Amino acid sequence: MRAPPMTIATHRLSELDVLESEAIHVIREVVAEFERPVLLFSGGKDSVVVLHLAAKAFWPGTIPFSLLHVDTGHNFPEVLEFRDRTVAAHGVRLVVAQVQDYIDDGRLAERADGTRNPLQTMPLLDAIAAGRHDAVFGGARRDEDKARAKERILSLRDEFGQWDPRNQRPELWNLYNGRHTVGQHVRAFPISNWTELNVWRYIERENIELPPLYYAHEREVYRRDNMWRAISPVSPPRDDETVETRTVRYRTVGDMSCTGAVDSHAASVADVVREVGVSTITERGATRADDRISEAAMEDRKKEGYF
Amino acid sequence: MTLTIDTQASTENDIVAAPEGTLFRFATAGSVDDGKSTLVGRLLHDSKAILADQLEAVTRTSTERGFGGESGGIDFALLTDGLRAEREQGITIDVAYRYFATPARSFILADCPGHVQYTRNMVTGATTADAVIMLIDARKGVLEQTRRHLSVVALLRVPHVIVAVNKIDLLDYDEAAYREVEASVRLVTAELGIAEVLVIPVSALVGDNVVDRSERTPWYAGPSLLELLETLTVIDDLDERGQATEAFRLPVQLVLRPQGAVVVAPELADSYRDYRAYAGQVASGSIRVGDPVSVEPGGGTSTVTGIDFAGVALEEAFAPQSVALRLADDLDIARGAVIAAAGTLPPITRTLTADLFWLDPRPLAPGARVLLKFGTTVVQALISAVTGRLDLSTLAVEPATALAVNDIGQASIRLSRDLPVERYTQNRRSGAFLVIHPQDGATLAAGIVTAPGEPTRAGDGSGAGSEVSP
Repeated sequence: MRAPPMTIATHRLSELDVLESEAIHVIREVVAEFERPVLLFSGGKDSVVVLHLAAKAFWPGTIPFSLLHVDTGHNFPEVLEFRDRTVAAHGVRLVVAQVQDYIDDGRLAERADGTRNPLQTMPLLDAIAAGRHDAVFGGARRDEDKARAKERILSLRDEFGQWDPRNQRPELWNLYNGRHTVGQHVRAFPISNWTELNVWRYIERENIELPPLYYAHEREVYRRDNMWRAISPVSPPRDDETVETRTVRYRTVGDMSCTGAVDSHAASVADVVREVGVSTITERGATRADDRISEAAMEDRKKEGYF
Repeated sequence: MTLTIDTQASTENDIVAAPEGTLFRFATAGSVDDGKSTLVGRLLHDSKAILADQLEAVTRTSTERGFGGESGGIDFALLTDGLRAEREQGITIDVAYRYFATPARSFILADCPGHVQYTRNMVTGATTADAVIMLIDARKGVLEQTRRHLSVVALLRVPHVIVAVNKIDLLDYDEAAYREVEASVRLVTAELGIAEVLVIPVSALVGDNVVDRSERTPWYAGPSLLELLETLTVIDDLDERGQATEAFRLPVQLVLRPQGAVVVAPELADSYRDYRAYAGQVASGSIRVGDPVSVEPGGGTSTVTGIDFAGVALEEAFAPQSVALRLADDLDIARGAVIAAAGTLPPITRTLTADLFWLDPRPLAPGARVLLKFGTTVVQALISAVTGRLDLSTLAVEPATALAVNDIGQASIRLSRDLPVERYTQNRRSGAFLVIHPQDGATLAAGIVTAPGEPTRAGDGSGAGSEVSP
């Protein structure tokens, strides 16, 4: 079974091996240096990969932190089902903060455009405070967005969760500085250096299960903002929008009210790897209405405490 | 609940078989008008790393701002300037990371802005880089800024230094003019002790020698910039004899001791009841099962009985793998300890001299109490004296008693406890440290050990050296 060893190897680790080791190093550093880390877990592919990496980091032990999901109330039901099943399989605790609770009691108001992504920040900060979390893992990647391209792997936030891009700590060698004062917390992004293609290749290599809507399936959709939008109670078509059944898949999985699907026949992970490898549009550009609001949409949300 | 992690198919095969792609990290640096953004944009564009929607966005913004005049054109700087303030002011504030791949390799590019806080940005980009590309305007030649950047690169011992002599089109591809610039570059790098520097004539605007070799520079026989990036060795590569170039070091991050709370199959749970392993990322070198090791603090010795990676037993571990080591003996090992190949530990000391890259707006005065982070250990320290400061225009060390932001200086440091301290020139990972503010936690400086002080105890290596004997 083993391939014949190379005569003189000058490098022995593949790109994925290097990225995996870097991510595990970050996860272990944060667990070692912080009192109460938590992982933001939505059931989306990036957070699923971080959870998988955490399981590898502490093998044969269990993952030594809990998970947190800010549920917008507009999530795909099959993703929530997957989320709960995955959490149970890993034997970890999940806390769910509900945006709906905040809307019900008036702390947040529904936006005119119906999208709830920007509404996640307040419940997130409250949940971080309630859990007394001093470190928050996220699956954000630098290749997703120009603002994220400038964020550190360990990113210090003040008590309002704010990111100050002009005053970031320099990050040197692989020496992460997690020092913080009372009220501050740190966002930790172990897969900062991964691209969308890296994530998919890793999912393929490690045989990681994802919610089914990442793969091609038939769905009733309509066209809006150059994206295929799913029919759901929170995203009904307008009168002038035509509903049709198409074979689509999701490149990102988020709030139903602002996440779009793409035409795709990629039914397996190998198909998706091939598709992503030749894609000519970024995943957020293809699927996220909220990031199209302005060139700095992500930066503005992050400054307010978004992840 | 039992969790199965499917690793059998992955790790071992990937290591035994030739990896399908390697990762190469490089940083770009240069002065404001040297055309760095254009070069980065050109690399990304010509290697087809800019996707349609990104290109459309920057083309639209370029046109709105009248970039390129009547004929139009793309302001590639818009691709990397990600922050609102940067786009509004037309400046680059912080290091931006970009990702692209060619069939040969994948790249992480740290784009370091040249004018504001150049030391901070250069140091950040260069500490993890396999290569640095220094940009020079062919018409201007070596400027003071070039010397400054190159001195940072030299002190940090970046493995590969590439100098791209840009805007060669504006010199009408004149060989004599290029040779003159090249000679002055080599004069400076020789002075700085940079062993090898690769100089390339390029035009980022036109594309000469960036991705493809240019017919307009027939007098240049070397590779294009991208060809170089695709073939240079990476930091953790082995030498031509297949040996790691530095001795094995594993800073212990934490001890894995699940005490029954395990994820292995129930029938195996019993055999993991007393499981104990030391988790960390191999900082340098390699180790095999059966190899003798030394541990500091404590000075204990033992033998590696197992190397675990998430359920896969490895025969060997090497940098930069994250693994867990099992040892034959029950030593007192906690976070902050270093596991090293036996016979390679440097002497133990409480004093050292270092070069400091001062990154904080608050100046350093002698007597400052700080924290140092070496690997996974944090130790209290006292900066007992500032002994010099690098004059970046003459590259000479001048006397100094304090350091200001962006200064590179020399200092004597006292540690609150014994540490195995080794020179940065001997080990790029264990000879590097952070200087941290003890109250607010700010990263004040990057430090590299120039010399360990008087030993309080001998290491187990031969003298001050820790190099692998051939």
